[in-house]
Amino acid sequence: MKNSWIIAKRDLGSFFSSPIFYVVTTVFLILYSFIFINILNFFAMQSMQSGQFQQMGMGLNLNEMVIEPSFQNMAVILLLIIPIITMRSFAEEKKSKTFRLLLSSPVHLKEIVFGKFLACMIVVTLMVLLSSYSIGFLFFIGEPDIGPILTGYLGILLMAGCYVSVGVFASSLTENQIVAAVITFGFSLFMWVIGWGAQTAGTTTGEVLQYLSIIEHLDRFLKGMIETSDIAYYLSFIIFGLFLCHRALDSNRWR
Amino acid sequence: MIEVENLTRYYGSRRAINNLSFQIEKGEVVGFLGPNGAGKSTTMNIISCILPASSGSAKINGFDTFEQSLKIRKIIGYLPETPPLYPDMTVAKYLGFAAGVRGVAANKISAAVEKVIEKCSLKDVGHRIIGRLSKGYQQRVGLAQAMVHDPEILILDEPTIGLDPIQIIEIRKLIQELAAEHTIILSSHILPEITQICKRVIIINEGEIAAVDSLDGLTASLRKSERLSLTVREPKKDIIGKLNDMDQVLSVASEEDNQFLIECELRSNLQDDIAKLALENHWGIVELKPLAMTLEDIFLKLTLEEKEPVT
Repeated sequence: MKNSWIIAKRDLGSFFSSPIFYVVTTVFLILYSFIFINILNFFAMQSMQSGQFQQMGMGLNLNEMVIEPSFQNMAVILLLIIPIITMRSFAEEKKSKTFRLLLSSPVHLKEIVFGKFLACMIVVTLMVLLSSYSIGFLFFIGEPDIGPILTGYLGILLMAGCYVSVGVFASSLTENQIVAAVITFGFSLFMWVIGWGAQTAGTTTGEVLQYLSIIEHLDRFLKGMIETSDIAYYLSFIIFGLFLCHRALDSNRWR
Repeated sequence: MIEVENLTRYYGSRRAINNLSFQIEKGEVVGFLGPNGAGKSTTMNIISCILPASSGSAKINGFDTFEQSLKIRKIIGYLPETPPLYPDMTVAKYLGFAAGVRGVAANKISAAVEKVIEKCSLKDVGHRIIGRLSKGYQQRVGLAQAMVHDPEILILDEPTIGLDPIQIIEIRKLIQELAAEHTIILSSHILPEITQICKRVIIINEGEIAAVDSLDGLTASLRKSERLSLTVREPKKDIIGKLNDMDQVLSVASEEDNQFLIECELRSNLQDDIAKLALENHWGIVELKPLAMTLEDIFLKLTLEEKEPVT
């Protein structure tokens, strides 16, 4: 654990000293903010109209109409952005031959893998935290329910963890950062849309596909529910990705 | 201290090293010598626990480099042929990181870094970004990261490659200083380097050991004949002929007008006779000396002529 932290700390240092972090965070915040403002405007418009008709105001609440769609959109932006954050993890170390320093050090391979994962996770968490100004703003203009917000963040971070896990694994497969990013993006998107097959597939297959879909599990978090099966899905997804990464790095030494 | 037995390593179907066996004692400075692609780096990678061997074993202090690698990694310092430097870090931060992953306790890191900066004369560049340093400094930083945790064994893969002559001399001096306290394995395809630093040489060619011996031993065992160089003041036409008439002389070649290279049988001790001949014929002897074989000669002989391995 101590070794993982040493490795994560170095990676964070190199994130913050390179433009990548700042560019990616800026792009993320601009995209998210634009979408958030639009959602908020739409909500304001709806509220105005509902002021004229008493009954229409029934279903309007900030959690359902602003926060939930904001989180859903954030999930999409993260899908696009996380491959850029994770692509360097191992690919760069291998390309610049610095990986040998880690390999010849008294550090377990799993500590290295976890350190890399941790660094990327911290960066993603930081980005998500920065975006929380928007939710904070809602507390000034209304009274959103805090519960679904907290579970929403938990869900977003767990989902982001899955992307990062895929990203770190993809990065361990290649020396080329672009290749790593493309694999991460492709695979993450696939795990996203896999649930779409559920509609046409048979009942059992459909249910399996639905369960495998990454986004399917987020919905309940956004509604304020923490279900063991969702947490189990995300955690096992993350651990499986890191396990594959470990195997890939280990088998690399034999070739 | 280091025992390597029947080490073999394949990359796919290509065999990089074949059946290497050798031992290295504590405190020795050993040179791996061989042309590019001979398997030096592969051997070093296996000893440094980075690559597993396809068969055979390498043990350090009785620990297997594959099975018990974590114990070994604490006592080795490895400098790969491309120094593992993060170009975006400062020298001091990088060495701090290296000390951390190499297992130096958190409260001793700054002392260890300071010590190694001192040792490798990196004081002036401690706060500079590694990517902007000259190749010579980068190489020194690479050496510094290998020894920041004060390892018993230093494994240096071509430590002077790509440096200019002055930098080479500096690095070489540094390694010689380190030799007092560490066991050092060093690889090179540059011969004078090995002669200056190492007491013992392991010559590797095409993945196999061509010779393991001390430098003197190598020279002696490889010599099939002795060579003498004779310089005279007054070269006369009959010198070559008269020298050739001697019993044990195999051949005589004239290098310059007044300088002759005499090849004679092993242990023939012809100096006295040649001197006498020179006196009798008034050649005016200036110099008569035996020529030792250089490492270059040995190397070429072993690797190119496919002579029988000498051990």
